[in-house]
Amino acid sequence: MERILFGDNQFFGVNHVSDEKSRAQAIKFKEDKTILKTLDIAIDEGINTFMCTTHDRIGNVCNLIRQTPEKYTNFNIYPCMPYAHKYANAVTELGIVGTLKEYVPGNFFGSLFKGGIAFVSKDYMSMMELLIDAEMKMFKGINTPVIFIQNVLTDLLMGLGMKDVLKAYHDYIIKKYNAEPGYITMNMPKLLDMLESVGIQNPIICSSINVDGFRMSGGKALYEQTLKTRQVRAIAMQVLSGGATPVKDAIQYVCSLPNIESILFGASSRGNIHETVSLIQQFDKQKQLA
Amino acid sequence: MTRVALIGAGKMGISHLAILGAHPGVQVVGVADTSKIVTDVLGKYSSFECFADYEKMLDKTKPEAVFVAAPTKYHGTIVKELLQKGIHVFVEKPFCLNVNEGAELVQLAKLKGVVTQVGYHNKFIGTFEEVKKIVDSGAIGAIEHFTGEAYGPVVVKKKQDTWRSKPEEGGGCLLDYASHVIDLLNYLVAPINKVHGAMLKSIYSGNVEDAVYALLETGNNISGVLSVNWSDETYRKMSTTVTIIGSKGKIICDATEVKIYFKEADCPAPYTKGWNIKHINDFAEEVDFYLRGEEYSAQIDYFIKAIQGKVPNNKNTFESAWLTDNVIDKIKKHKNN
Repeated sequence: MERILFGDNQFFGVNHVSDEKSRAQAIKFKEDKTILKTLDIAIDEGINTFMCTTHDRIGNVCNLIRQTPEKYTNFNIYPCMPYAHKYANAVTELGIVGTLKEYVPGNFFGSLFKGGIAFVSKDYMSMMELLIDAEMKMFKGINTPVIFIQNVLTDLLMGLGMKDVLKAYHDYIIKKYNAEPGYITMNMPKLLDMLESVGIQNPIICSSINVDGFRMSGGKALYEQTLKTRQVRAIAMQVLSGGATPVKDAIQYVCSLPNIESILFGASSRGNIHETVSLIQQFDKQKQLA
Repeated sequence: MTRVALIGAGKMGISHLAILGAHPGVQVVGVADTSKIVTDVLGKYSSFECFADYEKMLDKTKPEAVFVAAPTKYHGTIVKELLQKGIHVFVEKPFCLNVNEGAELVQLAKLKGVVTQVGYHNKFIGTFEEVKKIVDSGAIGAIEHFTGEAYGPVVVKKKQDTWRSKPEEGGGCLLDYASHVIDLLNYLVAPINKVHGAMLKSIYSGNVEDAVYALLETGNNISGVLSVNWSDETYRKMSTTVTIIGSKGKIICDATEVKIYFKEADCPAPYTKGWNIKHINDFAEEVDFYLRGEEYSAQIDYFIKAIQGKVPNNKNTFESAWLTDNVIDKIKKHKNN
């Protein structure tokens, strides 16, 4: 993985500390072309990986990318699935079974619900595979070397103790997509324990890691200890804690930690993208020299 | 370890279950749901024991506490049975469809001396907690008026019917969305006891309202406006905002941000005269396990601590949720007039 990954929250009005900023961003990025323009700026700054949710509009961005393949030969997308709000809102309205009926492709469910119910374990896993394939469709022809599960789903499965499902996801991503499975979580140390318990070694885990300890469940000290002593390919997200800490201090902290393979951030303007990239490079260099 | 069971493994039930599953002070002894697919999946992939019949689960697993996240129309019957057995109860919002039934449960819970809580999670969000502190301290003076709003994209096109689209089963924007706002206003401002006007409008749904607009008044004569719409696709997820206007200032607050305007310099530190903005990361308290928001873990942790006698049982009580049910009932009646 590259040292710096570009995120997509700013494109879809996701801001964890201000609903007002969210709306301003949603207005700014109304057009798909504006998203692509910002991606081009990130590429200019040397970032070649875009980590994004499987939001419908990313499908449009992928179409634009496919139109000029020569420009994006070295460009990678790390899909993060599912776009959870789509399902969460559907569950509120349709219930769990109703949502599965709505989103599992084909007439998989039609046949299952007719004439009594006889489920076998394999059916659930193939259902999961169908859902993954449906989410992955939009990336056809684009490099997706790492594929993530979103934190809501990772953490839900973790809380429910469904480690075999996490393992099945892991195996399917490798088998079907020849890609590396990644996990986004708000509970990194706990997840690492669970993944190791099903034989997944040195996993790619993306989690909040920031100087303020914001959304680092179990505590900042536990995260630091985990990074120091265990085998994990960590990606730090929310490094600016949603904008609360001065950028320089925030980046310095993350760059000082061991075992962080990549830093994920999102920004809307050339100035902010440049500033963050420069700071990461500057602190990385200082660390190397030290 | 507190022995906990769950009745109803739908959206909220599953969310509670994952948080309970990760809670170091909790042992999940059973999960009951009538959906075969849900119990089948949980039975296969989780370590929880599943039941189709909740009464059988209670008999067999003898839980100390039960989370009830079944459809609202069943709350009354299930909660009553649990209280009679002396079991601590956490029940999802809204509390009951019928205010008389709710009143009976409030009394029964008192009589049995068990710990009770209702899932109005906004009270566990740091920004709203800050508003509560500021309002109670009198720093914005006497409250004159409030606005409570919630918008989100639940029903954004015509779809098939489920229990959520049946008013008699607890469906609709009033019970699902507006209840949160009313409960929060009751808590932050004062209990609402008059509804001067209400409009319940259908936008996409055939049988239930998708929007609720009402003119309200509290017992101490504070006026307010309620505006709630779950068919607003300009929002990514539910967004709740409360505006409170006092004689010495004004507060605008949502789950991410508190904006406070103080008219004078004599305001509580670190606030200053004029506009002040604080964000959730100034208030959010760390949780052991995070899923969807700190507040979901915090409310469960609070309930478990109350059972263990570590905190008082005074947040989101049956009584406060029953007051919310009363306002919902008044809005419904107003609409029917």
